[in-house]
Amino acid sequence: MEAVVRRLGGWAFVLLFAIIAIALTPDSGFAIHMGIVGLAALIVIIATLRSYDPLAKAQGIFKMPPGPSRYDDDVIRWGVIATMFWGLAGLLVGVVIATQLAFPQLNLEPYLNFGRLRPLHTSAVIFAFGGNALIATSFYVVQRTCRTTLAFPGMARFVFWGYQLFIVLAATGYLLGITQSREYAEPEWYVDLWLTIVWLAYLAVYVGTILRRHEPHIYVANWFYLAFIVTIAMLHVVNNLAIPVSFLGAKSYSAFAGVQDALTQWWYGHNAVGFFLTAGFLAMMYYFVPKQAGRPVYSYRLSIIHFWSLIFLYIWAGPHHLHYTALPDWAQTLGMVFSVMLWMPSWGGMINGLMTLNGAWDKVRTDPIIRMMVLALAFYGMSTFEGPMLSIKAVNSLSHYTDWTIGHVHSGALGWNGMITFACVYFLVPRLWNKPRLYSLRMINWHFWLATLGIVFYASSMWVAGITQGLMWREYGSDGYLVNSFIDTVTALHPMYILRAVGGLMYLAGAVIMAYNIWMTIAGKQRVEAPMGDTAHDEAADRPILSEPQAQPAE
Amino acid sequence: MSNKRIDQPTGTETVGHEWDGIEELNTPLPRWWLWTFYACIAFSVVYVVLYPAWPMIDKATAGTLGWSSRGDLAKEMSAADAARQGMIAQIAATDIEALPASPELMAQAIAGGAAAFKVNCVQCHGAGAAGYQEYGYPNLNDNDWIWGGTLTDIETTLTHGIRWEGSDATRVNYMPAFEGMFDAGQVAALTSHVLSLSGKATPNAAGATLFSENCAACHGPAGAGMPEMGAPALNDAIWLYGGSEAAVRKQILAPRHGVMPGWKDRLDPVTIKMLAAYVHSRGGGQQAAPAAEPATDVAQAPKAETDG
Repeated sequence: MEAVVRRLGGWAFVLLFAIIAIALTPDSGFAIHMGIVGLAALIVIIATLRSYDPLAKAQGIFKMPPGPSRYDDDVIRWGVIATMFWGLAGLLVGVVIATQLAFPQLNLEPYLNFGRLRPLHTSAVIFAFGGNALIATSFYVVQRTCRTTLAFPGMARFVFWGYQLFIVLAATGYLLGITQSREYAEPEWYVDLWLTIVWLAYLAVYVGTILRRHEPHIYVANWFYLAFIVTIAMLHVVNNLAIPVSFLGAKSYSAFAGVQDALTQWWYGHNAVGFFLTAGFLAMMYYFVPKQAGRPVYSYRLSIIHFWSLIFLYIWAGPHHLHYTALPDWAQTLGMVFSVMLWMPSWGGMINGLMTLNGAWDKVRTDPIIRMMVLALAFYGMSTFEGPMLSIKAVNSLSHYTDWTIGHVHSGALGWNGMITFACVYFLVPRLWNKPRLYSLRMINWHFWLATLGIVFYASSMWVAGITQGLMWREYGSDGYLVNSFIDTVTALHPMYILRAVGGLMYLAGAVIMAYNIWMTIAGKQRVEAPMGDTAHDEAADRPILSEPQAQPAE
Repeated sequence: MSNKRIDQPTGTETVGHEWDGIEELNTPLPRWWLWTFYACIAFSVVYVVLYPAWPMIDKATAGTLGWSSRGDLAKEMSAADAARQGMIAQIAATDIEALPASPELMAQAIAGGAAAFKVNCVQCHGAGAAGYQEYGYPNLNDNDWIWGGTLTDIETTLTHGIRWEGSDATRVNYMPAFEGMFDAGQVAALTSHVLSLSGKATPNAAGATLFSENCAACHGPAGAGMPEMGAPALNDAIWLYGGSEAAVRKQILAPRHGVMPGWKDRLDPVTIKMLAAYVHSRGGGQQAAPAAEPATDVAQAPKAETDG
């Protein structure tokens, strides 16, 4: 009773604050954001009041865990749905902005122009799609590899819903023109503060769960998840240090200036790739690949060496985003050499993933989920080779500021992050909703080929576009003068931009097929089709260890 | 606790731990992986010695090669400048009106101007120098010059700009707004008269009277314009803000006044000279001393002077 009153009071305070902020602020975008915050507080108040029944509380809207004998999977189910939802939204916006680049007339001022939709696309795919996939899979993996339930179940629910509020505030902010103009860190100061709270709660749930594990050792996937959570917390806080102009307005100014600001931004930006999109997704790989293949991880030693070398080297590589700028030469040199040294540590993850299939390679032929994982690892290997190569200054002088960078990012994002996430969701859905199998394995095949062809269109068109652009920019005639104006290069790229949009559309089409497949699976349908290989699931073994048997000292 | 076993398909021993059914093999590091990693580290160490790399107390190590990105750029720029030096000096020493007399020098000036145009001018005047009527950026390909089309005129415009705050010598004029001074019938008559000057409407007496009383002082009795004042010609088919009836009426009631920046503080005099040569060469440049000589005219303009 007292707890409920205290919680209601807290949320009512948030609501009151939001209303005061709306009344006082001269900033319309900020007012809309405070409206969203107030609405969220109101929803929680109503939900709390409606579920206020001490007996039924556990079955209330936040579905508290079923008890220590079952894994706490509700948050994971919501996370999987959120992953699919934001994934579709992010990919759709991606196709829209690709089309806008080919046909600028499609820029609808002011809310739907490229400048506002572009961060919407990047944040939706990285933080909404990728972030939800990471939160959901990390909660799934940490419970199973620790053979225990989530620590702080209430906080885990807060992490999920708090993160969705962050996404909504970020996304609406972009459309309203609220941005601090830092790439991949566009949300303003108050949204950053909110994310910090959510992220620390995430860290607490994760570490808490590891601390109450029933296994003597911490599995490698958890090292990677932990590295991801800890480092993102640090990067997020430092990069977003800013002073708001007013506590009743959205605008803030960075605590850094000039080249220090640029370096802080790319230290963050590069490590968002390194720790969000690499370490976090390697963690997914380290659980779901051996699980789906039914094979042991290839090399324990390799996982140790490549984990620590990756973590140590990645954090220094950011300056390679600022080659040939005002950044001092020495910092550029270090950014480059740390990127070159990063090549093998990155590939360690690919080797460990691919070679785990030793003894099960036949599954690539029969199991479309394994095929997706193999493709993801292949693209991971390709883009982690391309990255160090692009960081070499001579290469970078051609590639920098061109579409080659965009192609590189997308071969990693679509190929590695997208495909491994899809594979994990396909793995998770029948298990989470307790279905004998997916609605259709053959649809995964369609998804696989559409996505693969889409990536090929995307990456190859952007390679051609980027190299064309780089060569045209630096082209000097025999009389010693520049040959091309900027608009000449834009005209030359037009066909490549159309091909890129086609590739993106194919990738989106694959995801739509997936969403249908997942929808029908959750609805309990099974498509009548010729069987394909699938990995058996032993429902009875999918349990935490109930009580600590004999006190087992950790080795 | 250890539960090691030999994995059948690979023949490798496991480490002996198991998490939710996942085991790990005790495979040694792949040799090729390890040696490639060492090679990358060795490359990095050598690179760090050769190039500026290590931050010290007041500055970083300079590297044994003595390389710096600023030095690299300066070297390339000075090589490029050296290659062009003779030509630049010649253009600098030649009076702009004397340039066409030397076809080789003029060709070099046009090439240099074309390059500078791509960097500095295309944003408004377009890559093909055709301008944008929607925004009032003039077409530079026709032989219709608001402020005069000789090499000297163009150079002055480039140097000081038009209605440009940054230069006291900027070209400046303002056409009065006639909003509220005429009634609707008078505006219609005047608009119609202006259009009749280029044969787009039938002449009318009321409009002609209004024109001679209010407009002829700058635009001339026949609407031929006056480049000394920057008053555009109204008797040709070329229009700065559009030649429809609505566009002309809008310009009479509330004229727009475009601004072009002067380039004297951003570009050196030789580059401005070369730009003038390039713009002059676009098809409609005029010669200084003798009377205007229409070169390649894009429109059926009877008289070649100005934009409307």
